[in-house]
Amino acid sequence: MDIFFGQLFTGLSIASILLLVALGLAIIYGAMGVINLAHGEFVMLGAYGTWFLQSQFGLPLIPCLLLVFFMVAAAGWVVESTVVRFLYHRPLDTILATWGIGIMLQQAVRLSAGAELRYVQTPEFLSGSIDIAGVGIPSYRLFILALTAALLALTWFVIQRTEFGMKLRAVTQNREMASCYGINSARVYSLTFAFGSGLAGLAGALVAPIKSVAPDMGTNFVVDAFMVVVVGGVGSLIGTVVSSGLLGSGTAGIAFLLNDTLAKALVFLAVVVLVRFRPQGLFVDQRRR
Amino acid sequence: MTFTRRNFLKSTAVAGVAGSVGFPHIWIKDSGVAWAANGEIKVGVLFSLTGTTAVVEKSMHNATLMAIDEINAAGGINGMKLTAVVEDPASDPATFADKANKLVLNDKCVSVFGSYTSASRKAVLPVFEKRKNLYWYPTLYEGRECSKNVMYTGAVPNQQQKDFIPWLVKNFGKKFYLIGSNYIYPKEENNVCKILLKELGGEVVGEEYVPLGHSEFGSVLNKFRETKPDVIFSTVVGDSVIALHKQYKAAGFSPDKMPMASLTTSEVEIAAMGGEYAAGHFTSAPYFMGHQSKENEVFVENYRKRFGKESVTHFVSEAAYFQMHLFRKAVEKIGKGDITPIAVRDATAGLEIMAPQGKVKVDGDNLHCYLWPKIGQAQADGQFKVIQQSSDWVKPEPYWAYPGQSCTKDGLKGA
Repeated sequence: MDIFFGQLFTGLSIASILLLVALGLAIIYGAMGVINLAHGEFVMLGAYGTWFLQSQFGLPLIPCLLLVFFMVAAAGWVVESTVVRFLYHRPLDTILATWGIGIMLQQAVRLSAGAELRYVQTPEFLSGSIDIAGVGIPSYRLFILALTAALLALTWFVIQRTEFGMKLRAVTQNREMASCYGINSARVYSLTFAFGSGLAGLAGALVAPIKSVAPDMGTNFVVDAFMVVVVGGVGSLIGTVVSSGLLGSGTAGIAFLLNDTLAKALVFLAVVVLVRFRPQGLFVDQRRR
Repeated sequence: MTFTRRNFLKSTAVAGVAGSVGFPHIWIKDSGVAWAANGEIKVGVLFSLTGTTAVVEKSMHNATLMAIDEINAAGGINGMKLTAVVEDPASDPATFADKANKLVLNDKCVSVFGSYTSASRKAVLPVFEKRKNLYWYPTLYEGRECSKNVMYTGAVPNQQQKDFIPWLVKNFGKKFYLIGSNYIYPKEENNVCKILLKELGGEVVGEEYVPLGHSEFGSVLNKFRETKPDVIFSTVVGDSVIALHKQYKAAGFSPDKMPMASLTTSEVEIAAMGGEYAAGHFTSAPYFMGHQSKENEVFVENYRKRFGKESVTHFVSEAAYFQMHLFRKAVEKIGKGDITPIAVRDATAGLEIMAPQGKVKVDGDNLHCYLWPKIGQAQADGQFKVIQQSSDWVKPEPYWAYPGQSCTKDGLKGA
């Protein structure tokens, strides 16, 4: 029984990390239709930002999170206004351009911060584990779970309940029409891209203490994030939540019953089959495009 | 070397002095003269400075260059200077093969020192066998190889495990969980582990391989919880080592009751995860930075002087270091005109040298090294405390797990 419970939590925990990484991408891809292959590198920048703030200024993790969000959001804003902005009508070129940016970011970090693996400290009060129903649950993972839920709520709030969110939804539905109504769509896109990038950075900062920090760490994340978004349905926040839950617990469950190598392969297989029969993903976006 | 008149005269002169084979000597493509010309001996240095394994290979590169400088500072080899030709194979096996070809054919290196992964070694192997050159491989590896063109100075499974497994069984118990990365090295190591465990009446309660670069160990940790092993025998490599240790500790496990026993976790990985996560776990290796010996003191001091106070030495950089001195000692025995890769190999077979880990010897038959396995316990400061050292050097047996097969002077027997 406690094994079942522990495994349930592991699934939830994997799902929360997936959701965390995919959230920024869901917004950028869902709202703007930009396939941002540099997303993983923004995650990596977040992790390195945390390492840098921690090792240079001795900042604890929690204040780092806020700073890192704004640092990576700024980086995203720069990328949007110098490259992505000019490619909105050429989706295929965006893929190439963002991929190139990703490689450049990776190498820039490798040259400046070195190729060594870096390490980020877990805050003292979160480094232990809490006993729930006879199972030791790592407190840091609970922390990630809670923070992911908070970020999800925040994102939902921004999109559904603020003026900016309303404009974003308007631009997403029909950019020309929204512009006619006086919405500065270029600005909305810039801010959206920055927000999505900031979320990716935050994800990087949060996973850094449980994984290793290396220049190429983003590669795995970007694959996972796209998988989540594609399965969930592009543009659907609830779809992203459900699909990260399914993929997370699926991976954890198969990994427990069989092993991690097979889990990875089987989950991919399931995704391929799903996309074959339901290309729009689990949750269909009702908007007109 | 181009065949100018001047070079020709010089070659003839050298060949004359050496006087071993006489006239044909200078005309044959592989003649010894070409390998050590103009008072220098060229050696290739082939460690990745970029890419995924650069973290570890950079330290091997550093140790190799340091040994070369030491040799040159002491007057070179029989008055000839060692010249390093450095190439960066970028952690990519295909690039390894390209660069190896270049080092052997264009640069005429008499030996090449390189590789961390088995994949990269396997990629360069055909080059060295075809060109009759010599490759020096300093990494611990899975064994089951018997090339006559490779000097293996790292440990093979029997050396790392022979003392380790019985010690673990005695101190912690007979139930082992085997966890490794999903490729050849962990599987071969686990084969050896299973044989040893069977002899000791031990039991394998789980055997599992995670993808390379895997960083999510939640499910694996739950399996530890369910199967309750006494020892977790880990051959996980690279970034995954860090994720595994961090998540192990966060899950509330304690190394006092269920330690991880690793063949791959070194000072480098510990520096990347932070000492508190590694503290209490065990590693078996021929060398630890904390090993007490005069040679090691000098090695560590020089290394830190050169590469920074914070830098660490570990089992592969130590092997990269001492194998260059083995090379020196071998070439010293050879006459100037007789230096060829094959002559270097033959001179190295059976050679002994004081390494930081202790006195090592090259086995005359299988070209692997007699080494001094040690059991180290990781400490919070990032160093290992050496708990036990084998009472004698241990013979390398690359085919230990395969009865009837052995690596002899003439190649693999009994396969």
